[in-house]
Amino acid sequence: MHIPDGFVTVPVASAGIAVSAGFVAYAVKATNKKLGEKQVPLMGVLAAFIFAAQMLNFPIAGGTSGHFLGAALAAILLGPWAGMIVMTCVLIVQCLIFQDGGLLALGVNVLNMGVIGCLTSYYIYRGVFSLFGGSRTGVLLGGGIAAWFSIVIAAVMAALELAISGAVPYRVALPAMAGVHALIGIAEALITVAVLSLVLATRADLLKLWNLERST
Amino acid sequence: MRLKWWHGVLVLTFLLVLLSPLASSWPDGLERVAEDYGFAEKAADSPYQFIPDYVVPGVRSDALATILAGMIGTLILFGIGYGLARLLRSKNEA
Repeated sequence: MHIPDGFVTVPVASAGIAVSAGFVAYAVKATNKKLGEKQVPLMGVLAAFIFAAQMLNFPIAGGTSGHFLGAALAAILLGPWAGMIVMTCVLIVQCLIFQDGGLLALGVNVLNMGVIGCLTSYYIYRGVFSLFGGSRTGVLLGGGIAAWFSIVIAAVMAALELAISGAVPYRVALPAMAGVHALIGIAEALITVAVLSLVLATRADLLKLWNLERST
Repeated sequence: MRLKWWHGVLVLTFLLVLLSPLASSWPDGLERVAEDYGFAEKAADSPYQFIPDYVVPGVRSDALATILAGMIGTLILFGIGYGLARLLRSKNEA
Protein backbone atom coordinates (compact mmCIF):
# COMPACT_ATOMS: atom_id res chain seq x y z
CA MET A 1 0.00 0.00 0.00
CA HIS A 2 2.75 2.41 -1.00
CA ILE A 3 1.00 5.71 -1.71
CA PRO A 4 2.27 7.37 -4.92
CA ASP A 5 2.60 11.15 -5.28
CA GLY A 6 -0.65 12.75 -6.38
CA PHE A 7 -2.94 10.65 -4.15
CA VAL A 8 -2.35 12.90 -1.15
CA THR A 9 -2.23 16.69 -1.17
CA VAL A 10 0.93 18.64 -0.36
CA PRO A 11 -0.32 19.63 3.15
CA VAL A 12 -1.15 16.00 4.00
CA ALA A 13 2.19 14.78 2.61
CA SER A 14 4.05 17.52 4.51
CA ALA A 15 2.30 16.67 7.76
CA GLY A 16 3.27 13.03 7.16
CA ILE A 17 6.92 14.00 6.69
CA ALA A 18 6.91 16.10 9.88
CA VAL A 19 5.25 13.47 12.08
CA SER A 20 7.36 10.61 10.69
CA ALA A 21 10.58 12.58 11.07
CA GLY A 22 9.74 13.19 14.72
CA PHE A 23 9.02 9.53 15.43
CA VAL A 24 12.06 8.26 13.53
CA ALA A 25 14.33 10.76 15.29
CA TYR A 26 12.98 9.49 18.61
CA ALA A 27 13.48 5.88 17.42
CA VAL A 28 17.14 6.59 16.68
CA LYS A 29 17.55 8.20 20.11
CA ALA A 30 15.78 5.31 21.84
CA THR A 31 17.87 2.72 20.00
CA ASN A 32 21.24 4.46 20.18
CA LYS A 33 23.75 2.64 22.40
CA LYS A 34 21.12 0.01 23.30
CA LEU A 35 21.51 -2.47 20.45
CA GLY A 36 23.23 -5.66 21.48
CA GLU A 37 25.98 -7.32 19.46
CA LYS A 38 23.57 -10.06 18.24
CA GLN A 39 21.13 -7.44 16.97
CA VAL A 40 23.63 -5.98 14.49
CA PRO A 41 23.43 -8.86 11.97
CA LEU A 42 19.74 -9.35 12.87
CA MET A 43 18.94 -5.78 11.80
CA GLY A 44 20.88 -6.31 8.56
CA VAL A 45 19.24 -9.58 7.54
CA LEU A 46 15.81 -8.40 8.66
CA ALA A 47 16.00 -5.28 6.44
CA ALA A 48 17.16 -7.46 3.52
CA PHE A 49 14.52 -10.16 4.14
CA ILE A 50 11.66 -7.67 4.47
CA PHE A 51 12.69 -5.96 1.22
CA ALA A 52 12.88 -9.28 -0.66
CA ALA A 53 9.63 -10.61 0.81
CA GLN A 54 7.80 -7.38 -0.11
CA MET A 55 8.60 -8.06 -3.79
CA LEU A 56 6.62 -11.31 -3.73
CA ASN A 57 3.07 -10.22 -4.46
CA PHE A 58 0.59 -13.05 -4.04
CA PRO A 59 -2.89 -13.08 -5.58
CA ILE A 60 -5.86 -12.55 -3.27
CA ALA A 61 -9.48 -12.28 -4.35
CA GLY A 62 -10.67 -10.75 -7.63
CA GLY A 63 -7.63 -9.66 -9.64
CA THR A 64 -5.96 -8.09 -6.63
CA SER A 65 -2.62 -8.91 -5.08
CA GLY A 66 -1.04 -8.27 -1.73
CA HIS A 67 2.43 -8.54 -0.30
CA PHE A 68 4.12 -9.05 3.05
CA LEU A 69 4.84 -5.87 5.02
CA GLY A 70 7.01 -7.04 7.91
CA ALA A 71 6.34 -4.23 10.40
CA ALA A 72 5.02 -6.65 13.02
CA LEU A 73 7.91 -9.08 12.50
CA ALA A 74 10.47 -6.26 12.80
CA ALA A 75 8.81 -4.80 15.91
CA ILE A 76 8.57 -8.21 17.62
CA LEU A 77 12.16 -9.22 16.87
CA LEU A 78 13.82 -5.84 17.46
CA GLY A 79 11.36 -3.86 19.57
CA PRO A 80 9.21 -1.02 18.24
CA TRP A 81 11.98 1.56 17.82
CA ALA A 82 14.69 -0.48 16.09
CA GLY A 83 11.89 -2.16 14.10
CA MET A 84 10.69 1.28 13.00
CA ILE A 85 14.21 2.14 11.82
CA VAL A 86 14.35 -1.06 9.72
CA MET A 87 10.95 -0.35 8.14
CA THR A 88 11.92 3.26 7.44
CA CYS A 89 15.13 2.10 5.67
CA VAL A 90 13.14 -0.33 3.51
CA LEU A 91 10.59 2.34 2.58
CA ILE A 92 13.28 4.96 1.80
CA VAL A 93 15.17 2.55 -0.50
CA GLN A 94 11.92 1.48 -2.21
CA CYS A 95 11.03 5.13 -2.76
CA LEU A 96 14.42 6.50 -3.87
CA ILE A 97 15.73 3.57 -5.92
CA PHE A 98 12.70 1.61 -7.06
CA GLN A 99 10.16 4.45 -7.45
CA ASP A 100 7.72 2.54 -5.25
CA GLY A 101 5.81 5.11 -3.22
CA GLY A 102 6.02 8.83 -4.00
CA LEU A 103 8.87 11.11 -2.94
CA LEU A 104 6.58 13.59 -1.21
CA ALA A 105 4.40 10.71 -0.01
CA LEU A 106 7.39 9.07 1.72
CA GLY A 107 6.33 10.70 4.99
CA VAL A 108 2.81 9.24 4.97
CA ASN A 109 4.14 5.86 3.85
CA VAL A 110 6.67 5.78 6.70
CA LEU A 111 3.92 6.92 9.07
CA ASN A 112 1.44 4.21 8.00
CA MET A 113 3.70 1.22 7.46
CA GLY A 114 6.69 2.06 9.67
CA VAL A 115 5.62 4.18 12.63
CA ILE A 116 1.99 3.08 13.13
CA GLY A 117 2.71 -0.42 11.81
CA CYS A 118 5.48 -1.08 14.33
CA LEU A 119 3.95 0.67 17.35
CA THR A 120 0.48 -0.89 17.10
CA SER A 121 1.77 -4.36 16.33
CA TYR A 122 4.33 -4.23 19.13
CA TYR A 123 1.80 -3.30 21.81
CA ILE A 124 -0.80 -5.77 20.55
CA TYR A 125 1.91 -8.46 20.57
CA ARG A 126 2.98 -7.55 24.12
CA GLY A 127 -0.65 -7.68 25.28
CA VAL A 128 -1.37 -11.13 23.88
CA PHE A 129 2.11 -12.36 24.90
CA SER A 130 1.42 -11.36 28.54
CA LEU A 131 -2.07 -12.88 28.50
CA PHE A 132 -0.48 -16.22 27.66
CA GLY A 133 2.18 -15.86 30.32
CA GLY A 134 4.99 -15.38 27.82
CA SER A 135 4.58 -18.89 26.42
CA ARG A 136 5.31 -20.15 22.90
CA THR A 137 1.57 -19.91 22.16
CA GLY A 138 1.69 -16.29 23.32
CA VAL A 139 4.51 -15.47 20.88
CA LEU A 140 2.80 -17.11 17.90
CA LEU A 141 -0.76 -15.97 18.64
CA GLY A 142 0.44 -12.48 19.58
CA GLY A 143 2.55 -12.31 16.43
CA GLY A 144 -0.34 -13.37 14.21
CA ILE A 145 -2.88 -10.98 15.72
CA ALA A 146 -0.38 -8.10 15.72
CA ALA A 147 0.48 -8.79 12.07
CA TRP A 148 -3.18 -8.73 11.00
CA PHE A 149 -3.85 -5.48 12.84
CA SER A 150 -0.67 -3.84 11.50
CA ILE A 151 -1.97 -4.23 7.94
CA VAL A 152 -5.56 -3.20 8.66
CA ILE A 153 -4.58 -0.19 10.78
CA ALA A 154 -2.01 0.96 8.19
CA ALA A 155 -4.72 0.63 5.51
CA VAL A 156 -7.19 2.66 7.60
CA MET A 157 -4.50 5.36 8.06
CA ALA A 158 -3.92 5.41 4.30
CA ALA A 159 -7.68 5.65 3.72
CA LEU A 160 -7.93 8.62 6.10
CA GLU A 161 -5.05 10.40 4.34
CA LEU A 162 -6.66 9.79 0.94
CA ALA A 163 -10.01 11.05 2.22
CA ILE A 164 -8.51 14.17 3.86
CA SER A 165 -6.79 14.82 0.51
CA GLY A 166 -10.17 14.60 -1.24
CA ALA A 167 -9.09 11.73 -3.50
CA VAL A 168 -12.04 9.61 -2.38
CA PRO A 169 -14.82 10.11 0.24
CA TYR A 170 -14.38 8.65 3.76
CA ARG A 171 -17.44 6.39 3.49
CA VAL A 172 -15.91 4.78 0.39
CA ALA A 173 -12.21 4.76 1.32
CA LEU A 174 -12.50 3.29 4.82
CA PRO A 175 -14.53 0.13 4.06
CA ALA A 176 -12.76 -0.45 0.74
CA MET A 177 -9.23 -0.17 2.16
CA ALA A 178 -10.03 -2.03 5.39
CA GLY A 179 -11.90 -4.75 3.48
CA VAL A 180 -9.19 -5.66 0.99
CA HIS A 181 -6.45 -5.37 3.61
CA ALA A 182 -8.34 -7.57 6.05
CA LEU A 183 -7.63 -10.33 3.50
CA ILE A 184 -4.00 -9.31 2.94
CA GLY A 185 -3.63 -9.19 6.73
CA ILE A 186 -4.41 -12.91 6.96
CA ALA A 187 -1.41 -13.66 4.74
CA GLU A 188 0.69 -11.23 6.79
CA ALA A 189 -0.33 -13.11 9.94
CA LEU A 190 0.49 -16.52 8.42
CA ILE A 191 3.94 -15.41 7.20
CA THR A 192 4.74 -13.68 10.51
CA VAL A 193 3.74 -16.77 12.51
CA ALA A 194 5.77 -19.02 10.20
CA VAL A 195 8.90 -16.88 10.59
CA LEU A 196 8.40 -16.57 14.37
CA SER A 197 8.02 -20.33 14.77
CA LEU A 198 11.21 -20.82 12.76
CA VAL A 199 12.98 -18.33 15.06
CA LEU A 200 11.57 -20.10 18.14
CA ALA A 201 12.77 -23.46 16.83
CA THR A 202 16.26 -22.31 15.89
CA ARG A 203 17.22 -19.07 17.66
CA ALA A 204 14.72 -18.48 20.46
CA ASP A 205 17.35 -16.29 22.16
CA LEU A 206 16.78 -13.62 19.49
CA LEU A 207 13.21 -13.20 20.71
CA LYS A 208 14.34 -12.68 24.26
CA LEU A 209 16.93 -10.02 23.46
CA TRP A 210 14.53 -7.13 23.41
CA ASN A 211 12.66 -8.27 26.53
CA LEU A 212 15.91 -8.41 28.49
CA GLU A 213 16.97 -5.00 27.26
CA ARG A 214 13.62 -3.55 28.24
CA SER A 215 14.08 -4.41 31.88
CA THR A 216 17.55 -2.83 32.13
CA MET B 1 35.33 -17.43 8.48
CA ARG B 2 32.92 -19.41 10.63
CA LEU B 3 29.40 -19.61 9.28
CA LYS B 4 26.86 -17.86 11.47
CA TRP B 5 23.06 -18.19 11.63
CA TRP B 6 22.53 -14.95 9.76
CA HIS B 7 24.61 -16.09 6.79
CA GLY B 8 21.93 -18.73 6.33
CA VAL B 9 19.18 -16.12 6.50
CA LEU B 10 20.96 -14.03 3.89
CA VAL B 11 21.24 -17.04 1.55
CA LEU B 12 17.55 -17.79 2.14
CA THR B 13 16.72 -14.17 1.28
CA PHE B 14 18.60 -14.42 -2.02
CA LEU B 15 16.69 -17.62 -2.78
CA LEU B 16 13.45 -15.70 -2.14
CA VAL B 17 14.58 -13.09 -4.66
CA LEU B 18 14.86 -15.85 -7.29
CA LEU B 19 11.10 -16.32 -6.88
CA SER B 20 10.37 -12.65 -7.61
CA PRO B 21 9.59 -13.15 -11.35
CA LEU B 22 6.73 -15.41 -10.21
CA ALA B 23 5.14 -12.64 -8.13
CA SER B 24 1.58 -11.65 -9.03
CA SER B 25 1.43 -8.56 -11.24
CA TRP B 26 -2.17 -7.83 -10.27
CA PRO B 27 -2.74 -4.43 -8.65
CA ASP B 28 -2.18 -4.40 -4.89
CA GLY B 29 -4.83 -3.46 -2.32
CA LEU B 30 -4.40 0.30 -2.65
CA GLU B 31 -4.11 0.19 -6.47
CA ARG B 32 -7.28 -1.93 -6.61
CA VAL B 33 -9.21 0.61 -4.52
CA ALA B 34 -7.78 3.46 -6.63
CA GLU B 35 -8.94 1.77 -9.85
CA ASP B 36 -12.36 0.80 -8.50
CA TYR B 37 -13.13 4.28 -7.19
CA GLY B 38 -11.61 6.27 -10.03
CA PHE B 39 -8.61 8.02 -8.54
CA ALA B 40 -5.87 5.81 -10.00
CA GLU B 41 -5.06 8.42 -12.66
CA LYS B 42 -4.15 10.92 -9.94
CA ALA B 43 -0.86 9.03 -9.40
CA ALA B 44 2.03 11.26 -10.46
CA ASP B 45 5.16 9.81 -12.01
CA SER B 46 8.41 10.15 -10.14
CA PRO B 47 10.58 13.08 -11.31
CA TYR B 48 13.28 10.53 -12.12
CA GLN B 49 13.47 6.78 -12.79
CA PHE B 50 16.20 4.62 -11.39
CA ILE B 51 14.98 1.03 -11.18
CA PRO B 52 11.22 1.63 -11.63
CA ASP B 53 8.83 -1.20 -10.71
CA TYR B 54 11.68 -3.45 -9.58
CA VAL B 55 12.87 -4.04 -13.14
CA VAL B 56 16.46 -3.08 -14.02
CA PRO B 57 16.16 -1.08 -17.26
CA GLY B 58 18.01 -2.33 -20.35
CA VAL B 59 17.97 -6.01 -19.41
CA ARG B 60 16.30 -8.03 -22.17
CA SER B 61 14.81 -10.73 -19.96
CA ASP B 62 12.10 -9.40 -17.63
CA ALA B 63 12.70 -12.23 -15.18
CA LEU B 64 16.42 -11.52 -15.01
CA ALA B 65 15.79 -7.76 -14.69
CA THR B 66 13.46 -8.41 -11.76
CA ILE B 67 15.88 -10.78 -10.04
CA LEU B 68 18.72 -8.27 -10.51
CA ALA B 69 16.60 -5.50 -9.01
CA GLY B 70 15.81 -7.75 -6.05
CA MET B 71 19.47 -8.64 -5.53
CA ILE B 72 20.49 -4.96 -5.65
CA GLY B 73 17.80 -3.96 -3.14
CA THR B 74 18.57 -6.89 -0.84
CA LEU B 75 22.29 -6.04 -0.76
CA ILE B 76 21.65 -2.32 -0.21
CA LEU B 77 19.25 -3.02 2.66
CA PHE B 78 21.53 -5.55 4.29
CA GLY B 79 24.32 -2.96 4.14
CA ILE B 80 22.18 -0.14 5.51
CA GLY B 81 20.60 -2.29 8.24
CA TYR B 82 23.91 -3.78 9.35
CA GLY B 83 25.75 -0.46 9.13
CA LEU B 84 23.11 1.48 11.05
CA ALA B 85 22.94 -1.20 13.72
CA ARG B 86 26.73 -1.03 14.15
CA LEU B 87 26.47 2.72 14.68
CA LEU B 88 23.65 2.26 17.19
CA ARG B 89 25.05 -0.68 19.19
CA SER B 90 25.97 -0.30 22.81
CA LYS B 91 29.59 0.67 23.33
CA ASN B 92 30.20 -1.49 26.39
CA GLU B 93 29.39 -4.66 24.46
CA ALA B 94 31.62 -3.80 21.53
